[in-house]
Amino acid sequence: MHIVVPVKLVPDLVEELVIDPSGTTLDPDTLRLQLNEFDGHAIEQAILLKERGGGQVTVMAPDVEGVDDVLYTAAAKGADRLIKLCGNFGQSVNNHAMACAVANLIKPLQPDLVLTGVQSHSDLDGSMGPLLAAYLGFPYVGYIAGVTLSDGRAVVRKEYPGGLVAEMEVVLPAVLGIQAADQPPRYVAFTRIRQAMKTASIEEQTVEGLDVSGGPTVSRMYKPEAAARATMIEGKPDEVASRLVELFRELGVL
Amino acid sequence: MSQDIYVIIEHLRGQIADISYVLCAAARQMAAASGGNVVGLLLGHNVKDLAQDVAVDRVLAVDDPLLANFVPDVYQQVLANLISASAPRAVLFGDTSIGAELAGALSVQLGLPLVSYCRNVRADDGRLTYVSQLCGGKVMVEGELPAPTALVAMVPGGYQAEQGKSTQPPPVETVAPPALAAGRITLKQYIEPESGDVDISKEAILVSVGRGIQNADNIELVRELAEAIGGVVSASRPVVDQGWLPTTRLVGKSGKRVKPRLYLALGISGAPEHAEAITDSQTIIAVNTDASAPIFDIARYGTTLDLLDLVPVLTEKVRQAKQ
Ligand SMILES: Cc1cc2nc3c(=O)[nH]c(=O)nc-3n(C[C@H](O)[C@H](O)[C@H](O)COP(=O)(O)OP(=O)(O)OC[C@H]3O[C@@H](n4cnc5c(N)ncnc54)[C@H](O)[C@@H]3O)c2cc1C
Ligand SMILES: Nc1ncnc2c1ncn2[C@@H]1O[C@H](COP(=O)(O)O)[C@@H](O)[C@H]1O
Repeated sequence: MHIVVPVKLVPDLVEELVIDPSGTTLDPDTLRLQLNEFDGHAIEQAILLKERGGGQVTVMAPDVEGVDDVLYTAAAKGADRLIKLCGNFGQSVNNHAMACAVANLIKPLQPDLVLTGVQSHSDLDGSMGPLLAAYLGFPYVGYIAGVTLSDGRAVVRKEYPGGLVAEMEVVLPAVLGIQAADQPPRYVAFTRIRQAMKTASIEEQTVEGLDVSGGPTVSRMYKPEAAARATMIEGKPDEVASRLVELFRELGVL
Repeated sequence: MSQDIYVIIEHLRGQIADISYVLCAAARQMAAASGGNVVGLLLGHNVKDLAQDVAVDRVLAVDDPLLANFVPDVYQQVLANLISASAPRAVLFGDTSIGAELAGALSVQLGLPLVSYCRNVRADDGRLTYVSQLCGGKVMVEGELPAPTALVAMVPGGYQAEQGKSTQPPPVETVAPPALAAGRITLKQYIEPESGDVDISKEAILVSVGRGIQNADNIELVRELAEAIGGVVSASRPVVDQGWLPTTRLVGKSGKRVKPRLYLALGISGAPEHAEAITDSQTIIAVNTDASAPIFDIARYGTTLDLLDLVPVLTEKVRQAKQ
């Protein structure tokens, strides 16, 4: 069982986002990147499947600031092979181009399973999972919270709104978009990561033939105007709590 | 090629999904600009009476036992045929557990551009512009809707569901499906949401907790506050994914829509997937150390105090007030 997990670093949304002077993209120099939350779940799911049924886990990520930490952390959790995707791709590269190129790198690895995060918050032309699956000619199911494997098939739990789950069976090889792993992503101590830095090695592969034609173009990026803002209550905890109690009374909930 | 706007009418177990009405609302606006009709695509089995109140000019219904439940690759085959046969100006999907993977797969299969996270569509001098919401709603991007045919995955928020409803049932034309074969994906069963716990969609006071709570032990503080005020604890996705609260307490796109009199959001950023499900709350009060968190755009009142400092004091004051 060979499981490939392509992951991505995305802007941390707690930071102030600065729009580039061009007015069409985020200023790359001010972004603080972190692993897409759902990719942490995709890595965890891959490791869990390996622990249960054996196999090999390969994690790959684009070469951006912080990528080595992400890859070594994956190794410390149990990933066997680390690949850094190198090349000349800025923010203007769309997901179709990237998915097509990444599919070409994944194909020779002959994976049984490709796990992506379900989506990230910055994929204007759709999330990579379904695109990757289409380029690879594999089936895709997304919004997955739970995977088991048997007899060349995956049984997955696909989430619908309201807590309804559809259990689906997918013939392998397949691409799955992971929303949540069977278990919360494990914590690894920094000493283990440091150890992985010494023992694991990161391979570099060049992403080529990026064709961004045909995708949507951006003519303007801007911060939304809120229709209204909350009335802020200032003061120490004691003062704010008193004001909130007053408000609860006014609202008739106390 | 046509100027029609196609809408995928999403439904699940006999119920039209709210997002379908949002799509219809957007499609009407687009069709008015493009000069085409709004056509609803309804895939399923015994569903032709389902689309009574969708505001479309007509419905194309494809009926087959293999379409009785959503299965991605089978639905994709049918839609690929319909879309390539008529090349409409745009096809609107919900950016959902059903729509997102159909849109992505069809985009590659048919070689059509895809615009995702679309919240609004504008018509400027007959030209269509998409407006999409990225980075958890912190930035918007816009641009010309690619021509001649664009696939669009839409998020809620830009239109009211009411705008996409009609009291006049649309004409329904049943089209024969292509020869369908089961694909590589099969539905085994539905697993119902756990019952037995409280139903947060019916509660009047929700004390809701997000990642700002930091660890499982701190949940107790929130539980005490909820108890003092006579409410129930609910949560955002990370809290449930960590296993700190059960899935029954999840508020949001994959959880429940709620409409309490008071929604107290503690350490919740207000990401679109959370925010979409709380907009029917009467009053939202948010506690978040980040003054620029999007939750303050939908809350009536807010404070940037650390929730761990505020909550114990607030619990005490609520208890006193009740005596
Ligand atoms: C397909 C899909 C479906 C999803 N469905 C859902 C869903 O149903 N429900 C849902 O909630 N999410 C859902 N999400 C996830 C959603 O995108 C967000 O990631 C999630 O809502 C964030 O939760 P949060 O606000 O608790 O965490 P964060 O976004 O990390 O925010 C935590 C907030 O706490 C604040 N904070 C930190 N410490 C403190 C403190 N001490 N005191 C006060 N404030 C503090 C921070 O400033 C921050 O704003 C879904 C995502 C996808 C892709
Ligand atoms: N450039 C990329 N390199 C590797 N994996 C990616 C890349 N872009 C997206 N992914 C994967 O696709 C998932 C969905 O992200 P996105 O396509 O941005 O919605 C991510 O969680 C990753 O698993």
